[in-house]
Amino acid sequence: MALALQTFPTVKDANSALKAAGTRYLGGGTLVIRAANEGDVSVSSLVRSTDPALSAIAVAGGKVRIGASVTMAAIARLPDLGALAKAARAVGGPAIRNMATVGGNLFAPAPYGDFAVALLALDATISTDDGELPIETFLAKRDGSRVIVTSVSFTLPKADGFRFLKVSRVKPKGVSMLSIAAVLERAADGTVSSARIALGCMADRPIRARAAEKAIEGKTLDRDGIAPALAAATEGIAPITDPIASAWYRAEVLPVHLGRLLLT
Amino acid sequence: MAKVPVQFTLNGSEKAEFIDSGTTLLNALRDKIGDTSPKGGCHQGTCGACSVIIDGELRLSCLTLAETCNGTTITTTSGLSESGVLHPLQRAFLDTFATQCGFCTPGMIMAAKVLLDHTPNPSRDEVVEALSGNICRCTGYEPIIQAVLLAARANSQNAA
Repeated sequence: MALALQTFPTVKDANSALKAAGTRYLGGGTLVIRAANEGDVSVSSLVRSTDPALSAIAVAGGKVRIGASVTMAAIARLPDLGALAKAARAVGGPAIRNMATVGGNLFAPAPYGDFAVALLALDATISTDDGELPIETFLAKRDGSRVIVTSVSFTLPKADGFRFLKVSRVKPKGVSMLSIAAVLERAADGTVSSARIALGCMADRPIRARAAEKAIEGKTLDRDGIAPALAAATEGIAPITDPIASAWYRAEVLPVHLGRLLLT
Repeated sequence: MAKVPVQFTLNGSEKAEFIDSGTTLLNALRDKIGDTSPKGGCHQGTCGACSVIIDGELRLSCLTLAETCNGTTITTTSGLSESGVLHPLQRAFLDTFATQCGFCTPGMIMAAKVLLDHTPNPSRDEVVEALSGNICRCTGYEPIIQAVLLAARANSQNAA
C-alpha cells in the first residue's frame, strides 16, 4: 500500500486538500483503509483533521449534536444517548466500534451503515464544511460528495419513541440481513400520530419506508393495526443481494421483522 | 514515498521510527519493529487477528495507520508475559487447549484482556460479546470462552 496521509488542524484546510484527485478522507479507517487494503487503486492519498470539535458530543434541551469523528463505542457508553446505544452496538465487534465513526457510517454501503439507518429515522441534519443538509438529501448525494461531514444533529426521541432492530445470521455480531429504525409518536388514545421508519439493506443506502409510515398513522400498535403497514413495507424497496441473503429473501422477511419491531 | 517520524510506547518500551506514510500499524509492528504477535488475517477488519490495545481500547492494527498512533501506548500479546511468566490469559489458553493453529490467539487474547481490564468477573455472554469481532476456524470457540472465564476466576482468586 502506498498512501500518503496529510493531517490538518482545521476541517477547512482538510477540505481544500480533499479536492485533489485520488484523495479520500480518513475518519476511523474502517472503510477507506479497508478499501486500500483490498486493492482499491483509486485511493492514492488521505487527509484527516484533528479539530477537537469533530470529537465532541453535545446534548442539551433535547437536542443532540455528535461530531463526525465520535465513535460507535463512545455513543454506546454515553447514558444521555441510551436510546441510540442499541444502534451503535449494532456496528461491528468491539474493535470496530472503537474505530468506526458517525461520519463514516453515513458513507457505508449496504449491508453496512446500521447507525445511519437510525439517523435517517431520527431525521438528522448533516453538517458539512459547506453547510447543512437533511440526511435524506445527503444520503442521496453521498457518492459524489467531496465535502467533510463535521457533525450530525437531531432531536432526542421520547424514551419509548425510538426502536431499532438489526437482523443478522451470526450472533452476537454479524453483517446485516436488514436493519430497521423507527421513530413513533402516539396520540393520547394510543394511536400512532406520526411515524418515521428507515430501512437498511433495502437499497444500496438507507431508505425511508414511506408507504408503511403512511399506513401506520392513525392505527394502534397491535396485530390488526399494523397489518396495512406490513402489507406496504416492501413498496419502493430494491434490496441488495450478497452472501448473507438474496434480494428476494430480504424482501420476504422484511414485513416479518417490521412487525416484530412495531409490536415490541 | 515520504518518510514520517512515529513515536509511541510499545509494551512499555519507547519506539521511534521513520516509516512510509500510509503504513498500517500492523505492517509497522511486524515488518519494521519486529513484533510479529499481531497477525495479518483478512486486512478488512473482519477477523480480529491483528487486534492490539491502543490507549486502553481494542483496535484493529490492519485498519490503523501507524502515523496516527503518535504519542499513544500500544500493547500487543508479546508484551503480556513478565520475566518469562505467562499472563493469566496466556496460561488459561494453554490449560484449556484454546489454541489449535494459533493464528487467531493473539487477537483473541487482546480482546479478552480489554474485557477483563474493565470487567474482571464477566458473564459468559459478556465474554462472547467481547470476542465477537474475532474469528477462529479451529476451536469452535468454546475452549476460548472457557479460557477467558478461567483467567477471570484466577484473577479474582488472586485478588481475594
